[in-house]
Amino acid sequence: MADIAYHRPERIADAVAIRARAADGAFLAGGMTLIPTMKQGLAAPSDLVDLSALGLAGVEVRSNTLTIGAMTRHADVAASAEVRRSIPALAKLAGGIGDPQVRNRGAIGGSVANSDPAADYPAAVLGLGAAIVTDRRSIPADDYFKDLFTTALEPGELIRSLDFPIPRRAGYCKFPHPASRYALVGVFVAEFERGVRVGVTGAGPCAFRWSAAEQALGARLEAAALDGAALDSSRFNADLAASAEFRAHLVRVMARRALADLLTA
Amino acid sequence: MKVVLTVNERQHEIEAPPGALLVDILRRDLGLTGTHVGCDTSQCGACTVLMDGRAVKSCTVLAGQADGASVTTIEGIGAPGNLHPLQAAFQQHHALQCGFCTPGMIMAAMDLIGRGGRLDEAAVRRGLEGNYCRCTGYHNIVRAVLAAAGEMGGRA
Amino acid sequence: MSDTGIGARVKRVEDVRFITGRGRYTDDINLPGQAWAFFLRSPHARARIAAIDARAALATPGVVGVFTGKDLAADNIGNLPCGWLVKSKDGSDMKAAPRPPLAIDTVNFVGEPYAVVIGDTPAAAKEGAAAVATDFEELAPVVSLAEATQGAEIHAGIERNVCYDWELGDRAAVEAAFAKAAHVTRLEFANNRLIPNAIEPRAAAASYDAATADFTLYTTSQNPHLERLVLAAFVGLSPEHKLRVISPDVGGGFGSKIFVYPEETAVAWAARRIGRPVKWTADRSEAFLSDAHGRDHLTTAELALDADGTFLGLRVKTRANMGAYLSTFASSVPTYLYGTLLAGQYRTPAIYVEVEAVYTNTAPVDAYRGAGRPEATYVVERLVETAARELKLDPAEIRRRNFIRDFPYETPVALVYDTGDYEASLDKALKIADLAGFPERRRASESAGKRRGVGLSCYIEACGLAPSQLAIQLGAGVGLYESGEVRVNPTASVTVFTGSHSHGQGHETTLAQIVSEKFGVPFESVEVVHGDTGRLEFGLGTYGSRSAAVGASAVVKAADKVIVKATKIAAHMLGTAPESVDFADGVFKDTASNKTLGFGDVALAAYVPANFPPDLEPGLSEKTFYDPKNFTYPAGCHVAEVEVDPETGVVRLERFTAVDDFGKVINPMIVEGQVHGGVAQGVGQALFEHGVYDEGGQLVTGSFMDYGLPRADDLPSFAVDTTVTPCTHNPLGVKGCGEAGAIGAPAAVMNAVTDALGVKDLAMPASPERVWRALKEAAHG
Repeated sequence: MADIAYHRPERIADAVAIRARAADGAFLAGGMTLIPTMKQGLAAPSDLVDLSALGLAGVEVRSNTLTIGAMTRHADVAASAEVRRSIPALAKLAGGIGDPQVRNRGAIGGSVANSDPAADYPAAVLGLGAAIVTDRRSIPADDYFKDLFTTALEPGELIRSLDFPIPRRAGYCKFPHPASRYALVGVFVAEFERGVRVGVTGAGPCAFRWSAAEQALGARLEAAALDGAALDSSRFNADLAASAEFRAHLVRVMARRALADLLTA
Repeated sequence: MKVVLTVNERQHEIEAPPGALLVDILRRDLGLTGTHVGCDTSQCGACTVLMDGRAVKSCTVLAGQADGASVTTIEGIGAPGNLHPLQAAFQQHHALQCGFCTPGMIMAAMDLIGRGGRLDEAAVRRGLEGNYCRCTGYHNIVRAVLAAAGEMGGRA
Repeated sequence: MSDTGIGARVKRVEDVRFITGRGRYTDDINLPGQAWAFFLRSPHARARIAAIDARAALATPGVVGVFTGKDLAADNIGNLPCGWLVKSKDGSDMKAAPRPPLAIDTVNFVGEPYAVVIGDTPAAAKEGAAAVATDFEELAPVVSLAEATQGAEIHAGIERNVCYDWELGDRAAVEAAFAKAAHVTRLEFANNRLIPNAIEPRAAAASYDAATADFTLYTTSQNPHLERLVLAAFVGLSPEHKLRVISPDVGGGFGSKIFVYPEETAVAWAARRIGRPVKWTADRSEAFLSDAHGRDHLTTAELALDADGTFLGLRVKTRANMGAYLSTFASSVPTYLYGTLLAGQYRTPAIYVEVEAVYTNTAPVDAYRGAGRPEATYVVERLVETAARELKLDPAEIRRRNFIRDFPYETPVALVYDTGDYEASLDKALKIADLAGFPERRRASESAGKRRGVGLSCYIEACGLAPSQLAIQLGAGVGLYESGEVRVNPTASVTVFTGSHSHGQGHETTLAQIVSEKFGVPFESVEVVHGDTGRLEFGLGTYGSRSAAVGASAVVKAADKVIVKATKIAAHMLGTAPESVDFADGVFKDTASNKTLGFGDVALAAYVPANFPPDLEPGLSEKTFYDPKNFTYPAGCHVAEVEVDPETGVVRLERFTAVDDFGKVINPMIVEGQVHGGVAQGVGQALFEHGVYDEGGQLVTGSFMDYGLPRADDLPSFAVDTTVTPCTHNPLGVKGCGEAGAIGAPAAVMNAVTDALGVKDLAMPASPERVWRALKEAAHG
């Protein structure tokens, strides 16, 4: 880690250009995943492009969209009056990520860019059908999460903000890993005029929508509707903390609880 | 790279590799050994300091990120004979045994109390989620933080 | 009682440095010109080292040297010994596998160090290590404890990987008891492997002075004299008088810092080899891999009862995991600290235990908080609670029917309990835990869709291992006494030297309380020194809850000697005989004339002997070695109450009550803190913690990401109280409190969990998935 070149540009164009020039560059948002990964020797970028001076932090509500700048820290999302007013479930989600120190540093853009299978935000990004706004385009959530730590982002593409459509109501519930407190399973349920969306994180290699639950809840917005909803757990994660079967069970339980959150919102 | 940072209200200019960790700068360059390292996965919280007023794990902040920041460590909040209310409460309530997690625990509690809001036992326990203690079972730490919060009137 | 004397809640003097960031832990110490060590560790559970090529590493900038096990052996550095010789049933000695500090030909667990790279900086050492090319020939590892005796022979000549096959008790009497039993309760379970995880990782900083041949080793040790003794007598690093071992502030130990480890040994040796101080600090990942782990038993246990629930006999068969090598005291843990405790608090007339200790390709297992006694308590208290359920007896009642009530009591497993009142602890615990209100709380939980359970654990432990002669007959390699020195300075301030070591226990406060009360001097005028072989005569350190019972007793004895001498001096000064002088509250009084002298006057006279007894030496400083006559037997009752979310399997500990009999208490505040911490570790074992290796011998739970250390919001506040039956054979009547929580809690919690679930047994830790599956099976069964 000693001979990394470190950059803190003040313009997005510069950030993208520096990253493009670097032999093996990486964007540095909050660093809550990247720095531990580097410490473990699992990542060794030649250049770090710190995004904190780009002015990408902030929360704004315009008509039916909540825009959160990529460098907005989890603690700020959790505490934001705009977020709590427009999508309280999102504030709750942000307030439950990691621990207080992690929330003080970690940024939403970094979390979404990394697509850790156990991160919380991806559930909301899918559950709300957010748009991932980058330096070059806007990517719909449904096209974004590809696989384990893999997204639709091109090499060097920089997330500027997340645009969250404001739902009528939403709820989020997670089952924390007993040791790490990452989401073993997290389910975000959102009700829109056009229907219900359900985003699931933690269970599979990356966040996904639970379409069967969406259809069931679209027809009948009550917990019982979830009971028969099919759930394919063939690619679910399995580890010491939870088998795929237990994760599948937890998806249903967390979905019911997120729905209960939604219904009391 | 040259890193300029204010630590405990004193400004320092340090030559450090950009990939150096803030905790190493504090411990090795500045000799502030009250900030401890207890893990390598950013979980134990023994390295917690305030950076620009917020609790952070200094093992997960790079020198470059700390450039220009203002950092407060355990050494900066009080001294023997002139203890901060949290320090005094930790002693009064026997909230430490081996003392290793204590500086990080106190700095995390500073942040928790400083954020305001009503603190009860559950809120303190949740608020200290990022700090491990292996000695006390947290029982007396919770008491100390609640007592200090009362005394500090919600201000850190 | 004064506000700083014995029994007072005195704030700790050591806290001031810790709360202000001025503690001095080993990693805070930097020696001039120091280099840094980085250890190369085996990535394989079992392999032959075919070749180590260090050329590229030596060419790395900043690398000072690369040393292997062969280098140490060539310099006559010996193997790390195990300090307790256990004999098998057939009388043969245990089979101790040789353990070189750095592996030489084979590596036997993931994380075993086999080479050390010394660099000018930590980064250089690490980079150098990355450049070392090691050629391993992998061998099939033996990982499963259950199948350890069927695997390959890990150490040449140690058949079936069995270290020893030990027994204790009267087998025939037990068979007879079972033959006439009306009921037999049987359980088979594992006592899960734990990883101690003191928050301060191990560290060492060593220097060597070639001109004087003096070594200085700063290290994270619970017992620096033992470290010195082993390094001198067995490893052959240095003559004992030329090696100074200093344990400065130590950030928790829980047993894991008792042992003499490879890394500290290699660091000290390397300082001499390169002619520069060398420092090493483990990171957490290394700690997970290489600190001695704890527990890890497989046990079948049976309790024979008559129709009334009276215990007739206990039969226990345990397989204990030693890991790849015998750590310093590993062999004693599942034998003399386990089998001997199986009577618990009960009059079980016949007990027989067999323990087979086996090697596996995993990290060495040794004493961890409680060491053998939590495992014994788990056996007894899970059996007793299960028996009560099977016989439809009240769990408290079945215990009452079997409590030992007459003391001293000789158990069928070689201990003599000196005193106790088990019913008193039980009664008080049930009251504080509000067991009467439990049915109502259970109904409330059930109406919220939850399950609720309550569990008891009436534990006993044996602390302050003793006496030395007996222990040595049973195989101990060292004595089990403690040293104390009380040095009264001319101005009547007092320096106390103790061979006990504080790594959180607060000796600097409690020993000062004792001595200030004895001498009637201000608490602030007493300073306690510990942890430095250069300042103390000798010491055996702190483990096994021995500091109060043994260490403080030594200090009391030394203080008593001071008072005897001071009384002679005072009598001379008062013009009377020592027999007519009383000493109380710091004042010597001639009972005939009522003339008095202060302690300070006598202290000064001892060093300025103007008017002094002709047959006395000047000075006022005394030493003792205190060797206890017996163990002490703390005991108590713990009550756990849990709520289970049947949908997620999450167990929440809602209430925990601990009523302990520690004998007399020196500082209740500190004692309560010890209980809180012990309980948290015991709850951790029951609900969260588990050291797991995969089939290939890789540690799956190698970081806090996977190893569940309890956090603040995993635990409730604890209700803690005491009962008192003073220990009958030490001067303070104290018993020891450091391990009780970890000993009593696991069984209490698991009794509560199984009660909530309505199942006979569940494996620790009671993880959400295990609980969920148990409920599913119960529903289908």
